[in-house]
Amino acid sequence: MGSHGIKDRVAIVGMGCTNFVEAWGKGLDDMVIEAANSAYASAGVEKDAVDAYWLGTANGGMSGITLARPLQLQNKPVTRVENYCATGSEALRQASYAVASGAYDIAMAIGVEKTKDGGFQGLNAVPPPHDGTGRTLTAAAMFSMVAPAYAAKYGVDYDKMREAMAHVAWKNHYNGARNSRAQFRREVSIEQIVNSPKLAGDLGVFDCAGVADGSAAAIVVRAEDAHKYTDTPLLIKALSFVAGNGSGVTSPDYDYTNFPEIAATAKDAYAQAGITDPRRELALAEVHDCFTITELVLMEDLGFSERGAAWRDELDGVYDLDGDLPVNPDGGLKSFGHPVGASGLRMMFEAWLQLRGEAPPERQIEAAKPGGDRSLALTHNLGGYPGEMVSFVSILSR
Amino acid sequence: MRGIVSFAVYLPYRRLDRSQIAPFVGQGGGKGTRTVASYDEDSTTMAVEAGRLALRGQPGRDRVTPNQLLFGTTFPAYADKTNATAVHSALRLPADALALDLGASVRSAVGGLLLALEGGPSAGPTLVVSADIRTGLPGSGEEASGGDGAAALVVGDDASGTPVIAEFLGRASVTDEFIERWRVPGEVRTKTWDEKFSEISLVPLGVRAWNRALEAAGLTASDVSAAAVSAPVARVAKSMGGKLDGVHVIDDLSATVGNPGAAQPALLLAALLEQAEPGQVVALVVLADGADVLLFRATDALGSYRPARTIAEQVAASGALPYGKFLGWRGMLQVEPPRRPEPGRISAVVASRNEDWKFGFVGSQEPDTGAIHMPPARVSRDGLHTDEMTPVGMADATGTVVTYTIDRMAYSPSPPVVFAVVDFDGGGRLPLELTDLDAGEAAIGQRVEMTFRKLFVADGIVNYFWKGRLVRNG
Repeated sequence: MGSHGIKDRVAIVGMGCTNFVEAWGKGLDDMVIEAANSAYASAGVEKDAVDAYWLGTANGGMSGITLARPLQLQNKPVTRVENYCATGSEALRQASYAVASGAYDIAMAIGVEKTKDGGFQGLNAVPPPHDGTGRTLTAAAMFSMVAPAYAAKYGVDYDKMREAMAHVAWKNHYNGARNSRAQFRREVSIEQIVNSPKLAGDLGVFDCAGVADGSAAAIVVRAEDAHKYTDTPLLIKALSFVAGNGSGVTSPDYDYTNFPEIAATAKDAYAQAGITDPRRELALAEVHDCFTITELVLMEDLGFSERGAAWRDELDGVYDLDGDLPVNPDGGLKSFGHPVGASGLRMMFEAWLQLRGEAPPERQIEAAKPGGDRSLALTHNLGGYPGEMVSFVSILSR
Repeated sequence: MRGIVSFAVYLPYRRLDRSQIAPFVGQGGGKGTRTVASYDEDSTTMAVEAGRLALRGQPGRDRVTPNQLLFGTTFPAYADKTNATAVHSALRLPADALALDLGASVRSAVGGLLLALEGGPSAGPTLVVSADIRTGLPGSGEEASGGDGAAALVVGDDASGTPVIAEFLGRASVTDEFIERWRVPGEVRTKTWDEKFSEISLVPLGVRAWNRALEAAGLTASDVSAAAVSAPVARVAKSMGGKLDGVHVIDDLSATVGNPGAAQPALLLAALLEQAEPGQVVALVVLADGADVLLFRATDALGSYRPARTIAEQVAASGALPYGKFLGWRGMLQVEPPRRPEPGRISAVVASRNEDWKFGFVGSQEPDTGAIHMPPARVSRDGLHTDEMTPVGMADATGTVVTYTIDRMAYSPSPPVVFAVVDFDGGGRLPLELTDLDAGEAAIGQRVEMTFRKLFVADGIVNYFWKGRLVRNG
């Protein structure tokens, strides 16, 4: 019994990522064709050279045919996966294990979501037949309960708390303004963020991730084959995933100030990768900033900040683009919106750019570049709610 | 001896100030307030609330388990499908207990009480519950004078743990056919003929029933300490009250509650019993498509009987409802909904499988840790034990708000949604929607009790479940 990981056994050798936008004129088929073709070109492989596919989409369609038909794949195994908002990361995880097992030489993980075709606000899923007793709250409302609980537990003056949450949004929009693929490419002032109309609890519009359409893809091979495709592959150091048992929702022990599933995946991932001091070893982290309070609290669950200290670290600029550990240098969900199936792979795409020194100069992290002090990137993806969550952490390395 | 063993009234939290109507509509309204069922209440949910209060035990008195349930309303949630079954389920009555709907008129609600009283010992303890929502077009007399609410009466035979508090002495009924008021099923507008016609048609029937009832019980009017008159309009009630041989007529609550239709007779009987002293004789006079007069004598047991929640407490525990919101709740004013998908219909199969949870609010409890699971689960929280838990009823549990939020985006028939994580006193936690409060009232540490509500309606199927509400009285 044990979580052993696949450290150094699988490498990413090509990636593609569409612009994340409200793509009124493009369908799901258009988005996967664009992301897949970019990934083939990036790895320098023909479509038919890819042996197997994992498609991550939450609501885009059922079965692998959702991908096989638009790409016209010829007798390829295609698996559609879904794991809440960690769906894109799950596709990469499955493709990587398949390659590590020796079952396939080359696999693609691709994620896609068309969120804007439904006509409603936010993200919406069709539930299976149910008895009508489940919660119908929005994700914003569920996460909004964290901020007051956190402030009370650690005795943080709520104005400071509010300022720290606003700093998360300010930082991510600052970074997103420097990313041509981002949906929102404008800096936003702290004042605008704090005064934005409230959607749920104290979470205003600028505390919440947007909604966009997008697709991203990665091609993975066994590590020993990686240099056939590129001189600068990304090695997979760790992949960790936890599906929570939902006990936080119904157990009085849960206090809404942390996300145990995230802490568990971080611990597992660091063990797999051999990381002991993530804040000093990582060059960057791409994390699931669905709401500002989420990013703040998960700085602690990921071990970047001490418990009760994330708000201060955030205000001190630790996680800014020029800080000690840049978090969401691509702009995060805040700037990209959240096409559920694609987001996890979009995070990895930023690691791909940063660790290969291919990010544009205005947001390239010096330490992350080839030759820089730090060679590791973390991506983190969550789905669900406080108390009932799935969490994914990957560690990638140049 | 057969009679009333227990009684309870349920008045919804919201009040419409009648003076708000005329400035908006240009007509109608009046003085005082009326009760308003919340957007998440219907006649079935209010019947459940009254039934819960009536069945609740109290020091020196056992909880009654009825083997019959008779439910009367003029505004049922369903036709074809019985509504009393949802009440039966929410009250966790035995599967072998009979549960029936009475026809959709005030008269039938009184009829249910008569059937229960005259059923004899073989009928056993019977819960007679009536609930109503009184509708009407904006500016109409019905809109202003109506009220919403429910009342429950437990009828049974005298027993040591559950003594009769009001002995049934006798009754008389008179029936006649005339068009005094009418409503096409499914519509919200009750039409009426002419108040004078109502008066001249109904009052003589009431006088006749009054005299015959006294005669049947071997009493004279001077033996009667107080009477209550239930009538479709105030004019008729006033006229009838003047023809009861000088017997004191109690206030009919029209200034605060309004006339809650099918629930009015039981509401006024409850009011009579709240005011009566042991040994006194009281009379309930009901005018509706005829007349019924029922006579009761308060027993010694009434002296120690305490209603779970008095009418006065519930009249006091109220919150104002703006007229615009009232119209929205009644469907008279269509308001733009949140831009979120409306919920689809629930699965009858899943709801049936989970009936104890959905209707009875029954969770499960781990034997060794005492941990409570809501909804009930088969596997313990540590994952080590399967099928060792026991059911635990949570409907009467109270709890405390741990944290809360206000969701301005979620779908609701009346946004915003106020949502709280509630820890129950005996253990157990559930994130719950709160109801019967203004968004600004929510706070950490508040005390919460459970209430049976209508979450939404889709494809005509009413999705009933429980919500939390602030403990405001009792």
